[in-house]
Amino acid sequence: MASIGKIARRTFLIGAAAIAGGVAVGYWYVSRPYDNPLEDDLAEGEATFNPFVKIASDNIVTVIAPRAEMGQGISTTLAAFVAEELGVPLEELTVEHGPTSFAYYNGTMMEESGPFPWFDDSLLASIARDAFSTVGKVLGLQATGGSASTRDGFERMRQAGAAARHMLLAAAADRFDVPAGQLETVGRTVVHKASGKSATFGELAVDAAKMSPPSSVKLKDKADWTLLGKPQKRVDMLAKVTGAPIFGVDVMLPDMLFGTVKMNPVFWQKPASVDLSKAEAVKGVVKIVPLDTTYGHGFGVIAENTWAAFRAADLIEADWGKPDFPADGAAVNEALNAALATDGSRLRDDGDVDVAFADAPADSVLEAEYAVPFLAHICMEPMNATARFKDGKLELWAPNQMPTLVEYLSGAAIGLESANVTAHTTSLGGGFGRREADTTIYAAIMAKEVEGRPVKVIWSREEDVRHDSYRPAAKGRFRARLNQDGLPAALDMRIAAPSVVASVMRRTFPSLSPAGPDGTITQGSHDQPYTIADYRVSGAKADLGVPVGFWRSVGNSFNGFFHEGFMDEIATKGGLDPVEMRRKLMAAHPAAVKVVDKVAEMANWGEPLPAGRGKGFAFTLSFGSWVGEIVQVAETDAGIRVEKVWIAADVGTAIDPGIIEAQLTSGAIFGLSAAMGQEITFANGMVEQSNFHDFDAMRIHQCPEFEVAILENYHRMGGVGEIGTPPAAPALANAIFALTGKRIRALPLSREVSFA
Amino acid sequence: MRLTVDGREIEIDPDPEMPLLWALRDLAGITGPKFGCGIAACGACTVLVDGVPVRSCSLPVGGVEGDIVTIEGLADGDTLSAVQQAWLDEQVAQCGYCQAGQIMSATALLDEVSDPTDEDIDNAMGGNLCRCGTYPRIRAAIKRAAAMKLARA
Repeated sequence: MASIGKIARRTFLIGAAAIAGGVAVGYWYVSRPYDNPLEDDLAEGEATFNPFVKIASDNIVTVIAPRAEMGQGISTTLAAFVAEELGVPLEELTVEHGPTSFAYYNGTMMEESGPFPWFDDSLLASIARDAFSTVGKVLGLQATGGSASTRDGFERMRQAGAAARHMLLAAAADRFDVPAGQLETVGRTVVHKASGKSATFGELAVDAAKMSPPSSVKLKDKADWTLLGKPQKRVDMLAKVTGAPIFGVDVMLPDMLFGTVKMNPVFWQKPASVDLSKAEAVKGVVKIVPLDTTYGHGFGVIAENTWAAFRAADLIEADWGKPDFPADGAAVNEALNAALATDGSRLRDDGDVDVAFADAPADSVLEAEYAVPFLAHICMEPMNATARFKDGKLELWAPNQMPTLVEYLSGAAIGLESANVTAHTTSLGGGFGRREADTTIYAAIMAKEVEGRPVKVIWSREEDVRHDSYRPAAKGRFRARLNQDGLPAALDMRIAAPSVVASVMRRTFPSLSPAGPDGTITQGSHDQPYTIADYRVSGAKADLGVPVGFWRSVGNSFNGFFHEGFMDEIATKGGLDPVEMRRKLMAAHPAAVKVVDKVAEMANWGEPLPAGRGKGFAFTLSFGSWVGEIVQVAETDAGIRVEKVWIAADVGTAIDPGIIEAQLTSGAIFGLSAAMGQEITFANGMVEQSNFHDFDAMRIHQCPEFEVAILENYHRMGGVGEIGTPPAAPALANAIFALTGKRIRALPLSREVSFA
Repeated sequence: MRLTVDGREIEIDPDPEMPLLWALRDLAGITGPKFGCGIAACGACTVLVDGVPVRSCSLPVGGVEGDIVTIEGLADGDTLSAVQQAWLDEQVAQCGYCQAGQIMSATALLDEVSDPTDEDIDNAMGGNLCRCGTYPRIRAAIKRAAAMKLARA
């Protein structure tokens, strides 16, 4: 794999480092702790111990879980870290997202940005991980993504809980004049049993916060955990079953106006001409304002209610102009083919693939071409943001995944420094990587036009589908040379796709251009735990003009399909059982083999199936977790039915098995939905789909049964939120091959088969 | 005009063509029902009108007659309805955005069929989309709620 020589010649792709204009900072800057943002906003008698814990005089203990809660259960898991060490039951804590602050940087999200696969434990790989983690800290990037939040919070938030406990006990020891070692806690009360003295956390808080924090804390051993490792009740479940106003669309402020946007359906273009007269005549419309931003051009409609804004937006008439990018499916395909004709960047290059194929007998070689379409995220909660501009300051309320950047970009759009912008992160009605800064930038511009009055801007579903940051369309050409024993001696994969990082930069920091390869193009193909003597994976950037972004599991979402679909083909040509072939090719990675064995055992792989049924297998290592999935399909009168899915996942350390099971199931359904029927297509540079009638997802009557096993064999903790997605599409396609003999190499599968 | 929502009378002055959803959310400040699609394709806006589940995003408020029940009106004080309690017990929600609509459709189903089959559930719930894929737990929660209701009866 990556050697020092190769790395020296290679430019790392560090999207965020490029934002900072290159990171060159001294040790002091790197080691500097950020200020505690909670100190700015304490109530009378309330005290804060660190950025994650504050305690009020009425004994309310608040934990800050500073990651976007989008259904992945992160507020519960982060609070459980604090609860475990603080020694307070989870249900006695108040959990908040908290303010936007550099103190809540995500160091883990960028750790795997170097050219090292997850299973590379070398010194060099470790040094690179530390360096990339430092980038996240220096930038103060408060962000939710990369299935990184639990890993990122694991040490920090347990330490926050332990430190607060230490300080509370020290204050009580002073007050009772007893050694701290004789104290214990019952709920939120410190008790000295021998004397019968006690004090609540609230009574101790102010004194405790004056104690010096411990220079080091000993965290509990895993064997002593009482909350972690066990399923917890989610801290936000009651709010979600009672319809509480927790989402961005639920924000209600005094004197609030409502709004929506109508953006140019031709990306990046300014409309050539526009007629607003019909729109402005709609009863309830207050103002229509132009939106000219790095995300695109269009109009914001401000009205007395959302419905009036929607109606007016529909009545905006414009000549939207011509696309300057491939305008339809044929042109996209041509651009991907052109990229495939280039060498691209090789993030895996073992052995010598060219030599291996040079003398290969024709009947030992297998070749195939795979393709996937653009995809929309379609979060259930449509894009929205609320903004108020008053006295030179901007306040934002929005479901978002990157509040520090939201503050910076939304402020900059109306000429404000971040110091004059405050962003509040609400609960997200789904995120999946979609929640960027476009919503708040538009809302900020609109709010400035009605200074003093807040505006809640909700996009229609049509705007959401037509102005997404899409999962890239991608195409791959693969070839394998098989040995006599049927195993692959050589594998050569070439993949073309738009660069997600380049596209994100274009709409956030257009004056900067990222250098080097974009690892997301081959993520899920170049970093898999297979041992093949001659093994090359090349990724070529194809600039398709369409805005692309982070879609649950990012590059793994299509590379999983490419790699594992082709592996299934190799097994078929080599006359090998697909599961048995994986056991052999992954023998160097015991965690992978154990996952394969487990899921095969659960699904009773190899049992003779009745006619009309088929099973397919796939495996993807992503975000540090090793996941095998088996899908069973059945032929029915109404079409193919997805009957059952078995999942085995090694996440290293399982913090909350209930949430992990939910995420694995959720991720698989997300992948199956896309594989079965989703595609975003273009005509004249405009998205052809618009709403759930032509871009749908799996419904309850299509949902298979699930059986999930969570393993903890690997020595490093992996992510959870995205890992169920990558193997779902290939496992389904491979099952359909087993059922029908039809090898489908392009998604969605509904182009070739119908589903019940 | 006057509407009865969750047992109380509200007075609003909407354009009669305005969908019930926006009248509830923007004019009456009742945000429990959610906007998802505007074309009755996802069910996030589901409310009950005289016990019948309707997609409030596509129903002009001017034509609404009868008692409206939203997610905010299901609990009796601090006591959750059987369906809500089952949702809590099964830990159904992930992002939670569609769940108000899911719970309203499930409530209507169980008012109609006390012990629904899987097919009954498929038929009643197929119009409610969930992007988080909580369907297995929704199915389990409906069965649990049915059992709870039968036990309470």
